[in-house]
Amino acid sequence: MQTTLPKQPVTRPAPRLVPTQPVTLTINGTPHQLQLAPWTSLLDALREYAHLTGTKKGCDHGQCGACTVLVNGKRINSCLTLAVMKEGDDIQTIEGLATGDPANPENLHPMQRAFIEHDAYQCGYCTPGQICSAVGLMNEGHAKSRSDIQELMSGNICRCGAYPHITDAIQEVMQQTPKNA
Amino acid sequence: MSNYIGKPLSRVDGVAKVTGKAKYAAEFDAPDLAYGYVVSSTITKGRITHIDTSEALSLPGVLSVITHENRPKIAWLDMSYKDQDAPPGSPFRPLRDNKISYSGQPIALVVAETFELARYAASLIRVDYREAPHETNLDTNLHRARKPKSGLASLLKPPPPKPRGNFDEVYAASSAKVEGRYSHSPEHHNPMEMFASTVVYEKDDKLTIYDKTQGAQNSQLYVTQAFNMSFSDVRVISPFVGGAFGSGLRPQYQLFLAVMAARELKRSVRVTLTRQQMFTFGHRPATIQNIALGADSTGKINAIYHDAVGETSQFEDYTEIVPTWSPMIYPAENVTLDYKIVPLDVFTPLDMRAPGGVTGVPAIETAIDEMAYELGIDPLELRLINYSDRNMAEDKPFSSKELRECFRQGAERFGWAKRNPQPGSMRDGRNLIGWGMSTGMWDANQMPARAEAVLTVNGKLRVTSATADIGTGTYTIMTQIAADTLGMPIEDVMFKLGDSDMPLAPIEGGSWTAATVGSAVKVVCEELGKKLFKLAQKVPGSPLAKAKWEDVEFADKHIRLKQNPVAAVSLQQAVDQNGGAAVWQKSTSLPAMMKQKNYARAAHSAVFVEVMVDEDLGTIRVTRAVSAIAGGKILNPKTARSQIIGGMVWGISKALEEESVMDHSIGRFMNHSLAEYHVPVNADIHDLDVIFVEEHDEIVNPLGVKGLGEIGIVGMPAAIANAVFHATGKRIRELPITLDKIL
Repeated sequence: MQTTLPKQPVTRPAPRLVPTQPVTLTINGTPHQLQLAPWTSLLDALREYAHLTGTKKGCDHGQCGACTVLVNGKRINSCLTLAVMKEGDDIQTIEGLATGDPANPENLHPMQRAFIEHDAYQCGYCTPGQICSAVGLMNEGHAKSRSDIQELMSGNICRCGAYPHITDAIQEVMQQTPKNA
Repeated sequence: MSNYIGKPLSRVDGVAKVTGKAKYAAEFDAPDLAYGYVVSSTITKGRITHIDTSEALSLPGVLSVITHENRPKIAWLDMSYKDQDAPPGSPFRPLRDNKISYSGQPIALVVAETFELARYAASLIRVDYREAPHETNLDTNLHRARKPKSGLASLLKPPPPKPRGNFDEVYAASSAKVEGRYSHSPEHHNPMEMFASTVVYEKDDKLTIYDKTQGAQNSQLYVTQAFNMSFSDVRVISPFVGGAFGSGLRPQYQLFLAVMAARELKRSVRVTLTRQQMFTFGHRPATIQNIALGADSTGKINAIYHDAVGETSQFEDYTEIVPTWSPMIYPAENVTLDYKIVPLDVFTPLDMRAPGGVTGVPAIETAIDEMAYELGIDPLELRLINYSDRNMAEDKPFSSKELRECFRQGAERFGWAKRNPQPGSMRDGRNLIGWGMSTGMWDANQMPARAEAVLTVNGKLRVTSATADIGTGTYTIMTQIAADTLGMPIEDVMFKLGDSDMPLAPIEGGSWTAATVGSAVKVVCEELGKKLFKLAQKVPGSPLAKAKWEDVEFADKHIRLKQNPVAAVSLQQAVDQNGGAAVWQKSTSLPAMMKQKNYARAAHSAVFVEVMVDEDLGTIRVTRAVSAIAGGKILNPKTARSQIIGGMVWGISKALEEESVMDHSIGRFMNHSLAEYHVPVNADIHDLDVIFVEEHDEIVNPLGVKGLGEIGIVGMPAAIANAVFHATGKRIRELPITLDKIL
């Protein structure tokens, strides 16, 4: 069947750009003053404006989880969030998980250490999202078993297929962490 | 000699990866960076009759819209667009003219001050087309199948050998016969990182390019040729690659467009593709195969027929090795093979993890399972009856092949002996349980490569080679090899890669990097060691003054006598002897052709899989799988295991999930997103077990390694398909096995 679509919409408003505005984002405890348009996603704000490229873009459609960050301790897809909506919130990215110089393994977050120990990555591109998602998962406190972890980590795709090791790493950190910590 | 090789060391780049410090192509900043956004063709074939960029250009902040109408001059000859992995034909040239050759073809690049603005402006480009009829369906175009053109690429991918014996006669007389048609859909690599190039415009018109690639020097070659630039003016850097799986073996079009824009604007430009655009270049080609096997009543397979037809583009002849795997695994005396391609209105296919291998092997290994049922012989037993220590495609013995031991250990770990062969005989409630198995195989190749090693004035070792680490562990294993060769602690050794300024290395693919670059690292460290030994002999009062090279060893940062370790000179003393300068060496490693030429060289695997199939819903889960791998020497069991696990996940994906679904009426891949292009998520993956059966092989290369990038995937799809048959009695020969094919 041949459908005929009009070559041009009947009336189209002239393109118009919405002006940028100052936005202050608190990222890893530090305020960042950025000049952003309302259409800038939190992901692009982090990567292109705050130059924190640890948060990854894998699809820009909320389908892969590579852009997962923690906002007020809760994991979200930063590509599905507009930066202007997050003023006043506590945004935590992979760059903020370690305390002090990450060259010293002691300073790494236990989840980061477990990912290294279990080789829970290959190319490393989904890794920051996986780690932030895993920390968010622990904050939620719903995962009780290995299969819970697998189900609740299924919003983070790892094309290298490191899943068994990712689950091992998270399970280990969960077992080390006291229940009400 | 330190002892890192063979140890399960954590990755040396681990901290960088878990802290977000590892930088990928789109993450390098440059002053005054502009952003490019690609406009893709919405038709599959035809001509652009009009392209209106005025509205986009009217927006403040939009810097340029480059189309075929206003693009700067580029190289004229096809030769100038040939990269190291180009198949015979005319490479695709972005923005060459108004001709559209496939759906999603890049037709314009919008460059703007911000990414968001470029993206919006791209939506304002108006394009009129004159459409022409297209053909994208392999199945309905099989009558157009033809032999591929040969070219340089044919050296690595030779056509199948000529017929041997008399297939027709022997097959006709066989007491057991099976015949089948096997097919799979196209697939796209879909690494997590989307293709991106950040082109930094330096003074004197030089370019520093951060590119997503499996070969920084391949991208450099491409840019210098296409834009008529000198090698000294183009540097390509790629320290981290967010997955590639073959997609980075050829420069992709964002590189060309970003370079063109940067040169035109005399400004740094970044172009990142969208996930949708990740479906607009190379892919694993749809392939249709026919197999016929004839055996005698003892199970000896005497006759093999195996043909394959794959798709290619209208402009290049992409090929794979497909039917040749049959005689590489099974030693039948009467063999007829055939391989053809059909040009369609799609982009040229591109090597994707185990190209050809994970096409041909699953087909033959499913046919073998069918033969096992035809004969009433256990599938493992049938494979042992037809076991061969010779590769009959080349008629050479294998340099090593511990597949028999893989079968034994894998079967034992899995519990294969407890299998009831009757299909549908095992169940757990509503779930039908199936057990299946398969052989896997992949070439063990080695290419020439160069490396440089420097012992710095403060006694640290820095080794470089222009190879890549796409998650495979290159950084880590090269550091281990270097540390062991010069007896240094791993903390004092740094291996760097991914820079076109570094010594020559081939594109990272074909499971050859450990063998190729590993050998170069070993050689250069040995030769650096000889220089250090000479310096150590000159140290005043040196206990090694009269020693011979054969008498010394490198250990604990010292050169010492093997017979009397107390007689030692430290590496620091040796480098101090060099008059305040670092000691350096650059070396080449070449495959030992004379040693290798009389042998077939390959990695093997035995794969055992359990599936559970929901009787009512038809959903399939791989509940456990065991892969026993004969892959030569294992340099690092930790990263090696990850590679095999990753390959197994890919095998599950290929068998059950992934396919690029083409709507042939419009010639476009319809499921071009990660929501609709299904790959396994965490909850899809259950108990995966890896066994390494080590092989001692002095022929394959100086390190005895065979490479592990592909062998993990090859055996999985047939093992799963065979398990599905065992569970359900349904023989599905068309991958992926989705639930609609079960119900």
